Amino acid sequence: MDNIAIKAEKLTKRFDDFVAVDAITFDVKQGEIFGFVGANGAGKTTAMRILCGLSKPTSGTAMVAGYDVYKDPEKIKKVIGYMSQKFSLYDDLTVMENITFYAGIYGLSDKDIKKRGQALLDQLGIGHEAKTFVSSLPLGWKQKLAFSVAIIHEPKIVFLDEPTGGVDPVTRRQFWDLIYAAADRGITVFVTTHYMDEAEYCNRVSIMVDGRIDAFDTPSNLKKRFSVNSMNEVFYQLARGAKRKAD
Amino acid sequence: MRNSALRQLFAFVQKEFYHVFRDRKTLLMLFGVPIAQILLFGFLLTNEIKNAKIVVCDYAKDYGSQEIIRKIEASKYFNVKKASLSHDEIEAAFKSGEIKMAIVFPAGFYNDLSHLNKAQIQVIADGSDPNTATTLTSYLSSILRDYQSQEMAQNNMPYTIVPEVKMLYNPELLGAPNFVPGVMALVLMLVCAMMTSISIVKEKELGTMEILLVSPLKPFLVIISKTIPYLLISLMNLVVILSLSVFLLHLEIKGSVLLLFAESTLFIISSLALGLLISVNAESQMSAMMTSQLSLMMPTMILTGFMFPIENMPWVLRMISNIVPSKYYYTIVKAVMLKGLGFSAIWQETLILGFITFVLVMLNLRNFKTRLA
Repeated sequence: MDNIAIKAEKLTKRFDDFVAVDAITFDVKQGEIFGFVGANGAGKTTAMRILCGLSKPTSGTAMVAGYDVYKDPEKIKKVIGYMSQKFSLYDDLTVMENITFYAGIYGLSDKDIKKRGQALLDQLGIGHEAKTFVSSLPLGWKQKLAFSVAIIHEPKIVFLDEPTGGVDPVTRRQFWDLIYAAADRGITVFVTTHYMDEAEYCNRVSIMVDGRIDAFDTPSNLKKRFSVNSMNEVFYQLARGAKRKAD
Repeated sequence: MRNSALRQLFAFVQKEFYHVFRDRKTLLMLFGVPIAQILLFGFLLTNEIKNAKIVVCDYAKDYGSQEIIRKIEASKYFNVKKASLSHDEIEAAFKSGEIKMAIVFPAGFYNDLSHLNKAQIQVIADGSDPNTATTLTSYLSSILRDYQSQEMAQNNMPYTIVPEVKMLYNPELLGAPNFVPGVMALVLMLVCAMMTSISIVKEKELGTMEILLVSPLKPFLVIISKTIPYLLISLMNLVVILSLSVFLLHLEIKGSVLLLFAESTLFIISSLALGLLISVNAESQMSAMMTSQLSLMMPTMILTGFMFPIENMPWVLRMISNIVPSKYYYTIVKAVMLKGLGFSAIWQETLILGFITFVLVMLNLRNFKTRLA
């Protein structure tokens, strides 16, 4: 039980008549990179928001880092990091000011902020840009910075909601290097994506179609099961049956 | 635990100050608008008239008429030209717009006054500009009154006193006293309500609100951090407005400055609460701005009694005006600043304003969502 980071059972979210998330059951192991794959509108983001405490489930159970999403959302918030689809740094603040702000709202001390901020800049190789306004950084750098800021408080789990939208393949690869580095440090990574090459990078993948989880395994097992060569084809076979329109 | 909450608050407030002070355009608006309004109302849109050109035709040339003319000349309101014009010439001068008023002293003016206890002068004003005409004649009658009382004291003679209109608190119909409290209400409303709502909705638009909601930051802390910078800016604005009024418009603050600031703080809190309420329901900065303007600025301008008298409005508007916080604030500021009254005179308004503030704060606490869904 101890090495389970997230456990969801029959988790459901209904908006009036519309079932956005339909009784999904899955678990994520500690330190794992877990891919949450699905077409637009499949319910990925809604499911992730429930796990982050942004939205209350209609029924079912979910435990995140050992805490119940119904009872202890505040405790969950302390031990998770989150990077949203939208770019989430402040343009009118410098790189270091953004780091200081996000570290500050997680209650880090000035000493820790300085130390970890410097380490972060060194890792990204942008130490000389500490005083640059975020607005003038290239998009790829911004994304990498946003990810690093999301884990500055060393959370147990980090949730990434389509983090690589709109960036070039090279930067995406670099971004995934950061994700691997975080996973090596023991941070569980929960990432939603609709890039199938990214799904290949994950330890295990769940594929959502119309609010349900239709497949859930390691990428190599999934390919074996559908007797295809790439995750792209696995996804295509599953998503073909989707009734919902993408939004 | 407490320590980390303080750290969170500090980090957040610091960030808010970066936003406010780096946005030059908004900053210019925040401090420029109050200054511009004070200057505009104080010097341009005032109903006070200075150096109006008038002509005085003195056919009496006696002690009385010359004394009055000296007084008129000494006043800053009139720019006197002495001439012996005929009636037609006076009319021509009006038509060409050379003069705003003409005063004619008939021959034997002082003689009539001292022997018959009654004398006449003719005052001709330009009725096509009724505001100016009324103001000028009222200036003149106050000068005449002054002269009469002076004569009475000297000679102990019962002169005829012209019926008079007395302007309470603003005997010279100065512009400034009427609008300074109005500008204060307007500016505080603008800064607190509009800016707070925009700054919160901006976080929603940017998507940073999600990050804040996922963080362990308490919603209460978000609200406090968002409001502190605007509270400080509002108080700074108050100091600017009051200083301009005192030093530039020579307006005296008659009551307690401390009381004025205390009441202003109460009004600021109610405005901040209104701003928060708007931000909860608005989805874009544009809609927050529009809502603020329609639901806050307009009522503040129209329903506080600052521009139009509420007593003359249809009952529906009168009813609505009762829930506009700025109406009470306007009354309070007038009482403290212009009339020099103390708390005992405004406790009712304070109580109502306090109650409205309380209701708004409670509504906010109920409305603010910890969860976005």
